[in-house]
Formats: sequence, C-alpha cells, structure tokens
Amino acid sequence: MTLTSLAFYLFATVAVASSFMVISSRNPVYSVLFLILTFFNAAGLFVLLGAEFLALILVVVYVGAVAVLFLFVVMMLDIDFAELSEGFLQYMPIGATVGLILLLELLLVFGASSTLIDTKPLPQATPDGMTNAEALGRVLYTDYIYFFQAAGAILLVAMIGAIVLTLVPSNNPKKQNIAAQTARTRDDAVETVDVEPGQGI
Amino acid sequence: MIGLTHYLTLAGIIFTIGVFGIFLNRKNVIIILMSIELMLLAVNINLVAFSAFLGDLVGQVFALLVLTVAAGEAAIGLAILVVYFRNRGGIAVEDVSQMKG
Repeated sequence: MTLTSLAFYLFATVAVASSFMVISSRNPVYSVLFLILTFFNAAGLFVLLGAEFLALILVVVYVGAVAVLFLFVVMMLDIDFAELSEGFLQYMPIGATVGLILLLELLLVFGASSTLIDTKPLPQATPDGMTNAEALGRVLYTDYIYFFQAAGAILLVAMIGAIVLTLVPSNNPKKQNIAAQTARTRDDAVETVDVEPGQGI
Repeated sequence: MIGLTHYLTLAGIIFTIGVFGIFLNRKNVIIILMSIELMLLAVNINLVAFSAFLGDLVGQVFALLVLTVAAGEAAIGLAILVVYFRNRGGIAVEDVSQMKG
C-alpha cells in the first residue's frame, strides 16, 4: 500500500466519520466543529487529486468564513436545543430507507460509469511546469470569464440580501440633513457673551 | 492504487449522509443547512475527482463556482434564520408555514 492510498483512506475515513457526527451530534456547536473537520479532510483529498488551489480555497472560505458564520449564529441565537432534538429518532426508519436506496443507486452509477475511465492511464489536469493555481487562472479568466463575473454578482447579491434581511432600522438614525446644514447662518451658530470678570458664565 | 471509483464512492457516502441528516434533524434548521453544505461538498469532491482523472480543468472551475454559490447560500440561509428567530423566538421548522402571506 503506497503512501497515497494510505493518505486517501485516512482522509476518507475521517471525513465520513466526522460528517456522520455533524448530523448526529446533539449540540450544534459540536456539529459545526465536526463540519470544519470534514472540510479539512476534503481539502486533504483535493491536494491528493492535484487541486491545491481549491483545497486552500476550501480551507479559507469554508473554515474561515462559512463555519465561523455558522458558529456565530449558533452561539448568538438563544435556542433550547434539547427540545429541538426531541423527535430525533422519529424519522429514522424513513430516513434510513431513503438514504440506503440513494447510496446504493449512487454506488451503482459510479461503479458502472467509472470503469470506463479507471482503466486509462492517469492524465494530468495541470500541465507540466505550471502550478495548479496558474493553470486554473488561465482557464478561469479567459474561457470562463462570464461565469467568473456571474459568481461575483451572486456574492454581491448574497451580501446585499443578508444585510437587507438582518438590518434593524434604527429609531435614532444619524443621517445628514443637507438643507439644515446649508440654512445655518452665523447668527444662529455663534453667540457673543459678555463675561463679567471673576464670575464666569 | 486509488482510482476514480474510490473518490466517487466517498462522495456518494458523504452525499447520502447529507440527505440522511435532513431527514433526521427535521426540527433544527441549523443542522439542515449544515447537511446542505455536506451535500455540496460531496458534489465538489465528485467534480474535482472527475477533473483529475479526465485531465480537464473545467471540473475545478465548476467546483469553484459551486463553492461560491454555497457560500452565498449559507449567508442568506443564516440571515433568514436570524430574522425568523427574531420574529418567532424559536427556529422550529414546523412553524415556518406561518411566514406565508
């Protein structure tokens, strides 16, 4: 067994185990932490596949932003999680049935389709003498520039949407009143006071 | 030797765990959102595995786009969750139908 296979089995086992813990933990904080572990292992698998850039993006975006966002929301909302997980086992039979059927079908399709590719020698997605990030950038910024722009637009819309949804209108908004500013004169801004010596104002 | 089948099987298992999680935690929206993240991760593993084994970078480009959409989806989903919690004082999924109209 080579080191690559050993690494694959290590990453895969931990990823599957931790993703199972994500759905079965009673405490959502633990779920988020196991989600982070799953993403780390997926990043390891991406490195094994030669997609270093995506692996780092996965760590930065998911672990750095999305998982922390989840953690933030879980801790900010005061929720009684014991009450939420009451009917936990109620849907177990139907869920297990659907899950099992789905898994079997997926494995069947993957097993049947990938035998066509498995036998061929391994081609390289990243050309020789080029890093993965460079190769990806050469494709992304030329052939797929419109998709890239669309992704940026999606992120912008998501950001605006999140702000619009959660913004609470303030009852004391500190807005600029331009009319009041320009209508200001010297007379109502400055007051001359005749101060008596030794008495103060 | 690790072939394409290994990666596809792993992605299939993780995707199934994601679907299973939605069935299992029907009351907890946060876990449901995390299950959706797991399913998108499984799809990404599939895309990157095919990209590597077919020698085509397009799979990785598409995985990048999926990552973007997943990040936006998580942000909007959690924003809706916060608003819903503010209005209702809880996040039980059964009451979500009261949001209509």
